[in-house]
Amino acid sequence: MKKIYMDNNATTAVKPEVLEAMLPFFREQFGNPSSVHWAGRMVSGAIENARAQVASLLNCSAAEVVFLSCGSEGDNYAIKGTCDVLKDKGNHIITTAVEHPAVLETCQYLETQGFEVTYLGVDGNGSLDLAELEAAITDKTILISVMWANNETGNIFPIEEIGEIAKKHKVRFHTDAVQAAGKLPIDVRKANVDMAVISGHKIGAPKGIGAMYLKRGTRIGKFMHGGHQERNRRAGTHNVAGIVGLGVACELASQNMERDYAYVRKLRDKLETGILETIPEVKLNGHPNADLRLPNTLNISFNYIEGESLLLFFDMKGIAASSGSACTSGSLEPSHVMGAMGVDVVLAHSSTRFSLSADNSEEEIDYVLAELPPIVQRLRDMSPLYQRESEVPVKCDECRMVKQACNSYAD
Amino acid sequence: MYTEKVMDHFSNPRNVGEIENADGVGEVGNASCGDIMKIFLKVEDGIIKDVKFKTFGCGAAIATSSMVTEMAIGKTLDEALVLTNQAVAEALDGLPPAKMHCSNLAADALHEAIKDYKEKHGNAA
Repeated sequence: MKKIYMDNNATTAVKPEVLEAMLPFFREQFGNPSSVHWAGRMVSGAIENARAQVASLLNCSAAEVVFLSCGSEGDNYAIKGTCDVLKDKGNHIITTAVEHPAVLETCQYLETQGFEVTYLGVDGNGSLDLAELEAAITDKTILISVMWANNETGNIFPIEEIGEIAKKHKVRFHTDAVQAAGKLPIDVRKANVDMAVISGHKIGAPKGIGAMYLKRGTRIGKFMHGGHQERNRRAGTHNVAGIVGLGVACELASQNMERDYAYVRKLRDKLETGILETIPEVKLNGHPNADLRLPNTLNISFNYIEGESLLLFFDMKGIAASSGSACTSGSLEPSHVMGAMGVDVVLAHSSTRFSLSADNSEEEIDYVLAELPPIVQRLRDMSPLYQRESEVPVKCDECRMVKQACNSYAD
Repeated sequence: MYTEKVMDHFSNPRNVGEIENADGVGEVGNASCGDIMKIFLKVEDGIIKDVKFKTFGCGAAIATSSMVTEMAIGKTLDEALVLTNQAVAEALDGLPPAKMHCSNLAADALHEAIKDYKEKHGNAA
């Protein structure tokens, strides 16, 4: 069976060059970079080299890069670490309703600790109203947190303009750049960002490594106690091999981004046009102007079909994609991003994301475009919503009860 | 995450479709949960002769719908009424815990269809 991977916003394959660069750090270069002896000295240079490679991708200095275990840790650290040191200044955070759960749930937690959070809504295209953002700033606002690009729709937010607003009002600005890094040019200086978080496994490095840009002079609490690593900010022995891998992945991204993503964009546009032209009753989720979306992301709803069923049928043809349906989000509710965009609930359940990489080929796009229409038609023929005349029941009280039960179980 | 039986019923669902002039029709579920199941019945002499279904939902929803049609055909209405969602899930060798609510409504849809039949036919059967 063919294996076609179109879920690169979820994770990517480790690049061969990245793996090669990492391997010595599992073998002969096994030392702890904090040690003074030969074994430690052998690896400490590698960490600083990787720091410079990350800095180069983000256009900051190496001293402004903090290594972490993942994007979620970075978002947690940026937000909670800011609240730790600025809580005497204010207790207000501004973010958006479409952030990754690493930001949203951190903010929800902080609400239980006395902080107030404004969750900015988005319009039907998923765009923010910057006037609304600016108007939300009060003298208690200590942090603005807006993602650089959205993981589900690929929408790119106007980070430079938000940076201007933050600078004007002297409010700290954090951006979750996990989806944008490596796919778009990221210039944290130009964008007036104070903190930006990236994740290794989204750009061809392994899982378990991430980094944060922390602008020089930005005060922040400690995320982990118990060691002097990362200038006393993040205790814990360095994940040397992971850090080396992240460095190489960032360097490759810097070198190849323009070429790779021009190619990926061509594939994505072909997939997008192909689906929109051949399958009726589909809806593009995200900004209609493709320039305002990540070049690799396509989110589309196939009306009358639930997303998990679609993914399982894709899977039988070897196609790996993802969905915003409740069943695949694990939350009993469809995607919060679709909800914030006001997408109809059936369309939200049917939202499907294809996220490409430079490893995809034009033949693969042709294959997907050939396999999709019969799968969609088969599931529509099975759906009581397709060509329905009576109203569709929407509400479910039992669900809410079950959801509460599930949540308490999960805790 | 799904058993072989679930995947079998999901990928080759039995008795998909509608019955024209069905003797009973039942629908349960809603769009919020992402699962809606509709069951059509053909009844003769108090015995379920044919069942067809249409389902909007995940893999489990489609598999349970398919399974309940197989379990119901040939049963008397009273026998079909004691079929439970749990029994359908067990016949599929189980479902993941998260699927036990919204996606496991097929027996409820069958019961709704029988209720509809009884209302239309004055409970005589």
